[in-house]
Amino acid sequence: MIRLEKRPQPSRAWSLLTPLVAVIITMFAGGLLFAALGKNPFEAIRVIFYDPLFGEFAFYYRPQLLVKGGPLILIAIGLSLGFRAGIWNIGAEGQYIMGAICGAGAGLAFYPTESVLIFPLMVIAGALGGWAWAMIPAVLKVKFGTNEILVSLMLVYVAEQMLASMSLGLLKNPEGFGFPGSRNLQGYESAFNSELIAGTGMHWGVVAAFIAVILSYVLLNKHILGYNIRLTGEAPRAARFGGVNPTRLILFCLGISGMLAGLAGLFEVSGPAGQISIDFNVGYGFTAIIVAFLGRLHPVGILLAGLLMALTYIGGEIAQGTLSLPAAAIQVFQGMLLFFLLALDVLTNFRIRLAAKGAAA
Amino acid sequence: MKLTKFLATAALTMGLATTALAEKTKVGFVYVGPVGDGGWTYEHDQGRKAVEEAFGDDVETVYVENVPEGPDAERVMTQMALEGADLIFTTSFGYMDQTLNVAKKFPNVKFEHATGYKTAPNVSVYSARFYEGRAVQGHIAGRMTETNTIGYIASFPIPEVVRGINSAYLHAKKVNPDVEFKIIWVYTWFDPAKEADAAKALIEQGADVILQHTDSTAPQAAAQAAGNVITFGQASDMSEYAPFPRVSSIIDNWAPYYVQRTKAVMDGSWETVSTWDGIGAGMVGIGEISDRVPAEVKEEAEALRDMLASGEYHAFTGPINKQDGSAWLADGETADDGTLAGMNFYVEGLTAELPQ
Repeated sequence: MIRLEKRPQPSRAWSLLTPLVAVIITMFAGGLLFAALGKNPFEAIRVIFYDPLFGEFAFYYRPQLLVKGGPLILIAIGLSLGFRAGIWNIGAEGQYIMGAICGAGAGLAFYPTESVLIFPLMVIAGALGGWAWAMIPAVLKVKFGTNEILVSLMLVYVAEQMLASMSLGLLKNPEGFGFPGSRNLQGYESAFNSELIAGTGMHWGVVAAFIAVILSYVLLNKHILGYNIRLTGEAPRAARFGGVNPTRLILFCLGISGMLAGLAGLFEVSGPAGQISIDFNVGYGFTAIIVAFLGRLHPVGILLAGLLMALTYIGGEIAQGTLSLPAAAIQVFQGMLLFFLLALDVLTNFRIRLAAKGAAA
Repeated sequence: MKLTKFLATAALTMGLATTALAEKTKVGFVYVGPVGDGGWTYEHDQGRKAVEEAFGDDVETVYVENVPEGPDAERVMTQMALEGADLIFTTSFGYMDQTLNVAKKFPNVKFEHATGYKTAPNVSVYSARFYEGRAVQGHIAGRMTETNTIGYIASFPIPEVVRGINSAYLHAKKVNPDVEFKIIWVYTWFDPAKEADAAKALIEQGADVILQHTDSTAPQAAAQAAGNVITFGQASDMSEYAPFPRVSSIIDNWAPYYVQRTKAVMDGSWETVSTWDGIGAGMVGIGEISDRVPAEVKEEAEALRDMLASGEYHAFTGPINKQDGSAWLADGETADDGTLAGMNFYVEGLTAELPQ
């Protein structure tokens, strides 16, 4: 009989191994799914995982991995700090939108003046926009004890309405023939977050994501604040006795995650997306939650998880285009990945014991 | 013959199958929803199948569904162009800037953007005069409503949608001066849950006719559950809800256009065009009017349809005032395409406020 025995300490080895094992099992189960759909499973897996990296057109897809992964990583890093301390910001999507609106708004206010100061100003506005939006659930939680999960999630829908209103009103392109959407920032040099080196996909948002990974690593490992965050998550009572101020921690964690989400929105709107439009947000804020957990809430893990997630998106699109796999099959495939990861978590916290029936109580 | 086949197979195996070897014309389609939406994307996919049927082995079609409007769309189009597509149809308004960006990078690939207004040497635009269908719908709706309240599920406040609302309202009002429109904006083309919620809210507000400018069949299901509400199929016939609640429909028929444009690429006659066809050219179809509609109303509606098709009657014929009371079209004057293409105002009588 198989028995699960709780480990005294979560296994470090398994915690590192499970993402890898989850990916392998997903490939296997996904292969079965694709085979059931009448496709060659080996070819499908190759198209999804290999072609974007080493295929014929990898020169185009590799940079795209950074473009797609950048915002995911940036947002997930912010979320992971809060998640570690048990502070659940589910509304990164809304903060992402507000960052984009504030940042793009700041840039468009100066149109068509060209100045090197405009882009830095937009970055600050974007960060502040996301931060302010996250401060709403933070302050409400601190002052009135509201649930930050609900408040931050609900504010996503408020932000979406705000986005629609901005696309149709204040930020609407005056030369757009009445169609919704702002001016395209790609055509406004001072505000355009272009590729830093052409053909690499490396724009300021990707740079910011890498910096966030490093800073978050330093914070968690070398700084007292990082220690407090980890302590609060692992042993809240001990943290309280240890003098950790929960109010400040809530304000900090929600603030920083909002700020990073806002930055991600700003870099996206001023770069790859180019304009504020009603459909600007495509779910990065929610996918980043998956990325944060897939990366084990660890900065380096998140970096890898973000790139892996981007890979499944891009590879999935190629598989649709070249193998006619339905989009739903790709989504199931992505779902499997998270499912297996969470299911395998059991190995981190429990030990599997084969024991004779009724041996131990 | 055998040798070429062998070579093609070999190239495929080595993952080298590109335009250089393939003589087939490759046509790509970028879809905003799933092919099974039963509406907008479904009809575009029918068009794709028609292309395959028309040209058989001379053509290869590929598609990617559920592509968000933004950088993802740009990547999907680039991927298709890289993989050797000769012609790419981008089938949503929101793909406009992305289509132009990618077209610039691939001057030898032809692009066709649906419902947009920006063209380039290798980018054509095409759309259908759906507002003609809306006129027929409005007529039936105005005659059928008992509560004098018509619900309208609107997607985005872009000219195409505003035109539809105006056209439906004008023709409903013509046959029923007491008619009132309640409009809910859902800011999505395809979201069954949101569309169902909107339909329910409209029904609760007393609407007994639901018009939709969104792509799923969820509003049809909501109307069916309510029991005494009629609907119209949108983009596709949605005949699975006929004869009731669905009493008629507007059908987008892209197939002839897609076949014609693919042929143009094959014989090298492709040129940039702006196509805007209506009922007359067959791009807009009126689905069968079910027998839940009284015979005389059906006759009137069909007469209206035929007059629109022949060009005898224009759906926007004056006198028409704008919502604020200012004059738009004088008696007998018809709207010009430029104004229609950028329509961003309601006509007089609509009480709702257009989101600005």
